[in-house]
Amino acid sequence: MAERKYDWAAIAKNPKFVELHHRKTTFLFGWWAFSLVYYFLLPIGAAYTPDLFRIKMIGVINFGYVFALSQFFVSWGLALYYAHVANKDFDRLTRELIDELHI
Amino acid sequence: MTLKKIIIAATLTLSLAAAAFAEEPAKATDAAASPAAVAAPAAQGAPVLAATAAQAPAPAAAATPAPAKKRVLKANKAITISMFAVIIGITLCVVIWAAKQTKTASDFYAAGGGITGTQNGWAIAGDYMSAASFLGISGLISLYGYDGFMYSVGWLVAYITVLLIVAEPCRNAGKYTLGDILSFRTSPKPVRAVAALSTVAVSTFYLTAQMVGAGKLMALLVGIPYKTSIIGVGILMVGYVVFGGMVATTWVQIIKAGMLMSGAFLLSVLVMAKAGFNPIGFFSSIVNSPDIQDHVSKLVLKDGIILNGIDAGQRFLEPGLFLKAPLDQISLGMALVLGTAGMPHILMRFFTVPTAQAARKSVIIAMFLIGTFYVLTTLLGFGSAIHLTPQGIISVDPGGNMATLMLAQEMGAEIAPIFGDLFLAFLCAVAFATILAVVSGLVLAASAAIAHDIYVNVIKDGHADQHEQVLAARITSLVVGAVGIIIGITAENQNVAVLVALAFAVAASGNLPVVVLSLFWRRFNTAGVVAGLVVGTVAAIGLTLVSPNLTYPKLVAAGAQKIVVAMEKKQAALPAGAVLDEKDLKALEKGRKDYEANKEGTSMVGLDKPLFALKNPGIVSIPLGFLAAILACFAFPSKRSEEMFDEVYVRQNTGIGMAKAVEH
Repeated sequence: MAERKYDWAAIAKNPKFVELHHRKTTFLFGWWAFSLVYYFLLPIGAAYTPDLFRIKMIGVINFGYVFALSQFFVSWGLALYYAHVANKDFDRLTRELIDELHI
Repeated sequence: MTLKKIIIAATLTLSLAAAAFAEEPAKATDAAASPAAVAAPAAQGAPVLAATAAQAPAPAAAATPAPAKKRVLKANKAITISMFAVIIGITLCVVIWAAKQTKTASDFYAAGGGITGTQNGWAIAGDYMSAASFLGISGLISLYGYDGFMYSVGWLVAYITVLLIVAEPCRNAGKYTLGDILSFRTSPKPVRAVAALSTVAVSTFYLTAQMVGAGKLMALLVGIPYKTSIIGVGILMVGYVVFGGMVATTWVQIIKAGMLMSGAFLLSVLVMAKAGFNPIGFFSSIVNSPDIQDHVSKLVLKDGIILNGIDAGQRFLEPGLFLKAPLDQISLGMALVLGTAGMPHILMRFFTVPTAQAARKSVIIAMFLIGTFYVLTTLLGFGSAIHLTPQGIISVDPGGNMATLMLAQEMGAEIAPIFGDLFLAFLCAVAFATILAVVSGLVLAASAAIAHDIYVNVIKDGHADQHEQVLAARITSLVVGAVGIIIGITAENQNVAVLVALAFAVAASGNLPVVVLSLFWRRFNTAGVVAGLVVGTVAAIGLTLVSPNLTYPKLVAAGAQKIVVAMEKKQAALPAGAVLDEKDLKALEKGRKDYEANKEGTSMVGLDKPLFALKNPGIVSIPLGFLAAILACFAFPSKRSEEMFDEVYVRQNTGIGMAKAVEH
């Protein structure tokens, strides 16, 4: 049952891992920050720019409603985009790294 | 064998005690039942849906509903109880099936890692969408329009943090609990102990709110007395968790999510069919509804604004009718979007899937389910406002919590009266299943923290065989469940509205900073975990205790005094011999009484007025949690923790180490 010993420091220095790490960090924290900013625009906008939220866009449906609804689609879109990038790039890099280490 | 006997005996004792306990109030309310049954509990209905009410300046605004619009909500008891019985029957079969496959600690806490991504996605949705979101948010929309919709957005956006930052790393680096993730490169004992305390705190706040909500909801819907409901729900929840562990809990959550989504979908279709599936026409009928216009006119009049007719109707689609303190709003938003990712019962769900890919898939599925549900909720909320009128909704429950259920009855009855009863009974059953699913997840998370972190790893130093671990887990769940029942009963008359917000604030200020830092920051160490968890948790709880959430008798007295002065002035202005009308006299008397009762009092922590102006502490306590965690690491650096970062970081990114363990 003894777990296999890995040289973690060596794996961490492996160019494949370094690439994975850079790509993931940029992607994850970048888009996380984007989603937070986009979300907080909603309560901040509703409180401080009510006139903007009042502008009618389709019939009686106003900008505020469209913006709140857009939060759902932006979140879903971001989730799908992340799944796409992760399945394509991050998982591939991870597999290549594991193959290279013969684990 | 002994294990089974102990548990069966304990469960029997619990149910007997419960039955004896429940006997008495059953009679009491039977007498009071019949016509008054709905009206009476409705008065206390406001705190039912704690999360939504958290922001509410207590819709005492309910004021005077036009008598003509008075409505009643009465579920058909026979149909409803049979539907409850069907749910209990199905879930008990699941538990028996699950109990057979629960043999090891990994089975008990993580379903042996054998849940698929899709299943876990449904289970996350089932775990997350509490009665508060199911009934409360549509109620808010039906009474306050746009603000209710805006409020629901944060609950979905929260999952972006879960998806991008915590889900996959936790799957790769963790085992069963928050303590497992945090203790990886730190001194395990203090870290596990503190992590367990924080988990138990968050779970207890959330569980209490859910239990009290459950009791009130059942009383309101089917006239089951409060204590009986709590005990009934409590016994089921303990049964699911003790016997079926994570497997049973997961399937109860999946079943519930399925029921919730189908109920919401069906009702939305009926609502949209009435509008001819024309969304623009649907929104126009909101703006043009004279009842909604009248309701909004009264709402804005309190802020000294005069709006009438179509302008008032349009105002219903604009922000600011309910959420009037922007800073509080932002603070709550922070607690939501960061707290969800620190909720122990949500984190725990990621240990049930075999790989990081499955964890990713499950969050995405959960996001589509939760998001779709909230979009449908908008239709239900606005639909209720159009078809039931805000005045009619308020007449049943001032907090609006019954809007969806009333809408189901009305929409169904338009097809045939029996459909109304059936549909209402079905939604009551959904509410019931919702409560069961959420409380089971919470009990499991709290017991895992106590049994796995404290008992097995702190007290027994990790030396416990599978049999002992499972036994410890089962006994702990039983105790946690029993305590949950007792707290639920004693908290009946407490204001639980604040508890859900508090649970999220603690999770966001205590748990999230340390989880993120331990996964992503090289210099993070034991001192950081302990400082972050303690400071974040204490700050969130402390600020809440001095916030406007509590009752401040002196402020109540001051308000009462104002009424007394106003009424006395009115009296003085009257010609000699004339007296105030009955309504004013009553107000005067009540004002005097309230003033006398409250003029000397202080809040629960002995304050005359709030020290902290916001109801939600997040905006202050979250940065404090991060700051404490970071500063402590600089003050007490640990070379070992830094050296082990490579291991954590490689593991959490690649799953090396973990993936192999599952295959063997």
